[in-house]
Amino acid sequence: MKKDLLGLGAAIAIAAVSIAGLMKTSQAAEEVNVYSYRQPFLIDPMFDAFTKETGIAVNVVYAKKGLEQRIKQEGPNSPADLIMSVDIGRLSSIVNKGLTQPVESEILETAIPANLRSTENQWFALTTRARIVYASKDRVPEGDLTTYEDLADPKFKGRICTRAGNHSYNLALIASMIDVHGEAKTEEWLKGLKANLARKPQGNDRAQVKAIWQGECDLSIGNTYYMGKMMSDKKQIEWANSVRIIFPNQEGRGTHINVSGVSMAKYAPNRENAQKLMEFLVSDKAQALYAELNFEYPVKEGVEWSPVVNTWGQFKTDDISLDTIASLRDEASKLIDKVGFNE
Amino acid sequence: MSETIELQPAQRQVSFSRNSLRWVVGAFAIAGFVLLPVAAIIWLAFNPEENIWPHLISTMLPRYVSNTLVLMLGVGLGTITGGVMCAWFVTMCNFPGKRIFEWALLLPLAMPAYVVAYVYTDLLEYAGPVQTSLRYLFDWKLKSEYWFPDIRTHGGAIAMLSLVLYPYVYMLTRAAFLQQSVCVLEAGRVLGRSPWACFWSVALPLARPALVVGTALAMMETLNDFGTIDFFAVHTLTAGIFDVWLNMSNIGGAAQIALVMLLFVIGLLWIERASRKGQKYHSTTTRYKALPGYQLKGWHKYFAIVACSSPILFGFLIPAGTLAFYAARRFEESWTSEFFGYALNSLFLSSAAAILVIVVGVFMAYAVRLSGQKGLKTATRLASVGYAMPGAVLAIGVLIPFAGFDNFLDGQMRSLFDVSTGLLLSGTVIAIIFAYTVRFLTVGMGGVETGLAKVTPNMDDASRMLGEGPLGTLRRVHFPLIRGGLLGGAILVFVDSMKELPATLILRPFNYDTLATYVYQFASDELLEECALGALTIVIAGILPVILLSRSIRASRPGHEQS
Repeated sequence: MKKDLLGLGAAIAIAAVSIAGLMKTSQAAEEVNVYSYRQPFLIDPMFDAFTKETGIAVNVVYAKKGLEQRIKQEGPNSPADLIMSVDIGRLSSIVNKGLTQPVESEILETAIPANLRSTENQWFALTTRARIVYASKDRVPEGDLTTYEDLADPKFKGRICTRAGNHSYNLALIASMIDVHGEAKTEEWLKGLKANLARKPQGNDRAQVKAIWQGECDLSIGNTYYMGKMMSDKKQIEWANSVRIIFPNQEGRGTHINVSGVSMAKYAPNRENAQKLMEFLVSDKAQALYAELNFEYPVKEGVEWSPVVNTWGQFKTDDISLDTIASLRDEASKLIDKVGFNE
Repeated sequence: MSETIELQPAQRQVSFSRNSLRWVVGAFAIAGFVLLPVAAIIWLAFNPEENIWPHLISTMLPRYVSNTLVLMLGVGLGTITGGVMCAWFVTMCNFPGKRIFEWALLLPLAMPAYVVAYVYTDLLEYAGPVQTSLRYLFDWKLKSEYWFPDIRTHGGAIAMLSLVLYPYVYMLTRAAFLQQSVCVLEAGRVLGRSPWACFWSVALPLARPALVVGTALAMMETLNDFGTIDFFAVHTLTAGIFDVWLNMSNIGGAAQIALVMLLFVIGLLWIERASRKGQKYHSTTTRYKALPGYQLKGWHKYFAIVACSSPILFGFLIPAGTLAFYAARRFEESWTSEFFGYALNSLFLSSAAAILVIVVGVFMAYAVRLSGQKGLKTATRLASVGYAMPGAVLAIGVLIPFAGFDNFLDGQMRSLFDVSTGLLLSGTVIAIIFAYTVRFLTVGMGGVETGLAKVTPNMDDASRMLGEGPLGTLRRVHFPLIRGGLLGGAILVFVDSMKELPATLILRPFNYDTLATYVYQFASDELLEECALGALTIVIAGILPVILLSRSIRASRPGHEQS
């Protein structure tokens, strides 16, 4: 029976190898390989449109962490062509490790404003979203809060909800604060904000709006597209209806934005196809899809926003360079630990 | 009372060193192979981006450590209480529903902890059905008008983890109770002890090795859990690893924390070993009497029923029912053609891992038995530490040697034959199956080792004297005796692999989804309803093996058929 087991083990091993082999060969001749930190259900519509238009298949591996290490270890043989991310931190970390290559493309350069792509063409933003404040319609009067700085105002004691301080969206916001106010002031601000929290940081941005609806808190920090998502869900629309959006710092530097973006892997085996996909993603068609399906802001000027997003109105954005944000992330992360923000 | 029973300390090792060399070398090789990812993590730890410790020690480290200890202690207590009590009731007592409880108590094993956490948060939060009905009933309007426990806390995390992890303790302790001789218990009774005192002074000490193994498994699972603690915002060492890795871009520092955690585990394993010293008993009789089956009456009976049904209710029925409700509501959007493919991938990976773990486990455990080598014993023990690593860290540990091998081979082939072999193993299912094997070896080994330990060396001696070789002895003597344990181990590995997420995410090939990864892309965004069908399928796929497992445990009582 031991032999049976061994035999079975061997059979499995052979099956595994052949399946693995199959999987490698069964890929279409024309293809592009994407390592994505973004959930497939958010980007598949764009990829499907691309395949339909060009006949090039898009293969995806999605993971929330570890793709950088995977590319690094795979080295020159890595099958990855593109790396897609929902925050600048991941992208710049990959760029800094020398795992990307520059892409010279007029299409990309015309479509994407200069502050939303790297000066060396190592990464390109595809969409932006504003990090705004959600306020309870009933309990927060208009004009009560107008800036991020106000979040630390003691009058909001016990009234604010947020996701973990060391989530990449919050880190980027804190990094922008460090850039404007310096580290010491930002630490003070974080302490003030921490003191105002209604509960320990938990859940995602959507969960904070739900908490406002439930009456647990009056204000929360979140990305804009969550509003669109909640409004298109039959259950969550109630949550969305209980809040209004405040674009902070309109009188000053503007509202902080974060980006989803893309880089080309250093050893991309399908360079041409990869560039085609990148260019497709900033085409009017793909940008409109992003806007419509994911409620994000297109990076390309002139592309229609989704009607829902339009109702929130125009706003001034903080034009801080994303490279600066990326470089201050580490500091932001340590500040979070220092003030014990997540406890 | 005519049975003879002999409890004989194992002072003598089976040793047939001439023939065992091949086994020893093979086992060392396997242990080395399995330890590769750990070695890779150690290597990473030597190359941090910056020294993370001054920052950690002055800020979060004390918090990480105390949270981790509180959580492990809480889950340890929770799983022991629930597991041992239920095991004792269904094994030794008679009360209505006992036959159903026997297997149903294992069901929560099929529930991924993070799914249970999501479900209960949905149910128990302010807007959830429980609080909404309470408000309706008592006419409360505001949150401030009443008190309701917050589930996203340490207590909540302990409760969630205990609910899905107690079956480890239950299963192993029950197996131990089943294998105890009634005579020992009856001797206790004759000497004037109450059944209750017998439990404390006789049965429980005899079941201690199994109890400790089960609790150690549950605690290690707690240590490496990320899904639940992240959702509940309980910052353990595992949370620290990911913060340092992802937010401070310092994987070397993260690897160092992972190694500190391994020390925790090695400590745990050492305590377990030490507690077992001189406590190894082989039962040498082949005659067993039916278990006593104390007839429970009055409130004892109701207590037993409530005690046994609540873990099933809270650990399985409520979460599974909620999932089924959501799945029905979103059935049309979830039931796609791809869905079937995800399920097949999950089944394939999990069965492959289960078989591989058992083959490797039997080989290593038998090599230890044959040679009695101390070094090999330690190597076997070390080979099981993969279980304590968070899956994502382990995945990085797998990436490094696999990609290293691929690139080395590719380089050689290019220079020798001008042929590129590319990446042979990286990014294939082999990498995933290897990761599962490394991770779940302990789980499978448990069944193998406890099974083998119970077979008296006299059997080996007899078989060998009668002319069988080591392999023949294993096949014809041991295998039939430990089959139940092997099956149990294989099933545990299968169920654990079905639920495994982080390593699968990082190591998988292009366009390859399992049920767990499919569920995750929604669940990570707190979109539980969208993925309820997937989550439910993971659970259902886990149920069948769990029931099989229960039957095999029941059958494992020697002489069971006759009784």
